[in-house]
Amino acid sequence: MPVIKFIEFDGTEHEVDADDGISIMEVAMKYDIPGIDADCGGGAVCGTCHCFVEESAGPLPAVDPQEESMLGLRPDRESNSRLSCQLQVSDTMGNMTVKLPEFQM
Amino acid sequence: MAAGDKGALADPQTTPLSELDVSDPRRFELDCWQPLFERLRRESPIHFQAESPAGAFWSITRFDDIVAVEKDTETFSSEPTIAIIDPPDERRAPSFIAMDQPQHDIQRRAVQPVVAPKNLLEFEALIRTRTGEALDSLPERETFDWVELVSRNLTTQMLATLFDFPWDLREKLSEWSDAITSDERMTAGTGLSREERLLVIQEFLGVFTQLWHERKGDDQESFDLIRLLQRDPNTANMVDDPLNYAGNLMLLIVGGNDTTRNSMSGGVLFLNEYPEQFEKVRADRRLIPSMVSEIIRFQTPLPHMRRTVTRDTQFKGHTMKKGDKVVLWYCSANRDATVITNPDTFLVDRDSVRNHASFGFGIHRCMGNRLAEMQLRIVWEEALDRFKHITLMGPPTRICNNFVRGYSHMPVQVTRV
Repeated sequence: MPVIKFIEFDGTEHEVDADDGISIMEVAMKYDIPGIDADCGGGAVCGTCHCFVEESAGPLPAVDPQEESMLGLRPDRESNSRLSCQLQVSDTMGNMTVKLPEFQM
Repeated sequence: MAAGDKGALADPQTTPLSELDVSDPRRFELDCWQPLFERLRRESPIHFQAESPAGAFWSITRFDDIVAVEKDTETFSSEPTIAIIDPPDERRAPSFIAMDQPQHDIQRRAVQPVVAPKNLLEFEALIRTRTGEALDSLPERETFDWVELVSRNLTTQMLATLFDFPWDLREKLSEWSDAITSDERMTAGTGLSREERLLVIQEFLGVFTQLWHERKGDDQESFDLIRLLQRDPNTANMVDDPLNYAGNLMLLIVGGNDTTRNSMSGGVLFLNEYPEQFEKVRADRRLIPSMVSEIIRFQTPLPHMRRTVTRDTQFKGHTMKKGDKVVLWYCSANRDATVITNPDTFLVDRDSVRNHASFGFGIHRCMGNRLAEMQLRIVWEEALDRFKHITLMGPPTRICNNFVRGYSHMPVQVTRV
């Protein structure tokens, strides 16, 4: 079971065990991690589950055009910006460290 | 044919669907739109209507189908416009909500900082002070119009701040906002004629053009919408394209005004219709943000957005032709029981309360959604501090419009704590 470490904007850390097959966004919702809103429920159509992937044990899937279109509107976008609803927990991706942004919009 | 019918509204349950005008704005005025949309979701979720005051159009009424259309921006364009009716060709005033990529992002990014969280933090204290003043000045033991004294008053003040607009003239912003959305073709003829609307647009463009020139080059560190446009190299000369300038101004005026205003009024209505929900929030103020999302869902201040098909396509087994209009009924998505449990009930503590359709989806998702939520949250925080009850004294008057769902008058009395 991969371990996901969430780091809030203020530095507060949460380390949780994540079930395979659900998204990082769903992990955050399941454990009530503050900083992820996920307004659209996982469709990559609202942009409110934005996060920064600091580390992952395995390779991440590529950003698809839909995710890109939402990330493109984020003023705080970085090269490691992702929508956490588009990252599925898996043994191949392994443990991850995910930083949360100052705000969702 | 019911299309353009000035007579009585046909029964949405017994009339053949082909004889019903889905866009008839009177259903919003009379607040009797729900059964028709419930039937469409069930019987004809992707529904073609051959005739209406706005011509032929498709109605999409299920939540997931609306999301699918909004995702496919290459097939379903936001150009030339996002309301059911077409603007007259010669006066098309393009704004970023009615643009596809890449132009959409370029123009939206220029003004987006106005609602960036840093700016919102600065607005919060100001909004709270103004809200407190407005609520403190409300009459006691007499009936007054919540729309005028609270909703319209506060959203007009906010809009004036966003534009750094001359304070004494701010009422003009609301007048213009109303005029922009009152096209007679989406108001069952109750709105303004094309000529009347053109005069209004000329008036506000004149005022805003003057403001532009006064501000150009003054290097003030202000985050008002005009200076934001001036500061971004991509929009720095927008005033030279008056229709594009006017289009974006209209978008920001309506987007920052009618929507929040009507949700601010709707909340009072819903809490009167569901008094036990009001009691829940009084007992636990932490429910206010959740209540705000629920108000925005239940109100759905913009009942539809429209897309235009760019190429012949198949959508869920239906053949759509290039040029077809596709109307996304957000009001219906927000009552879709396959996505929202018990959707016809107002529930301040529902699960996944933020998962509603009122802000739209994808790249055109409402830019000001966080500001709107903050304004509504503050109104309710301040109102609960002051009032035991905000009592509806008679039925509200709703506007006859299929693009803006709202109220022109809402008689209430307040009882202070």
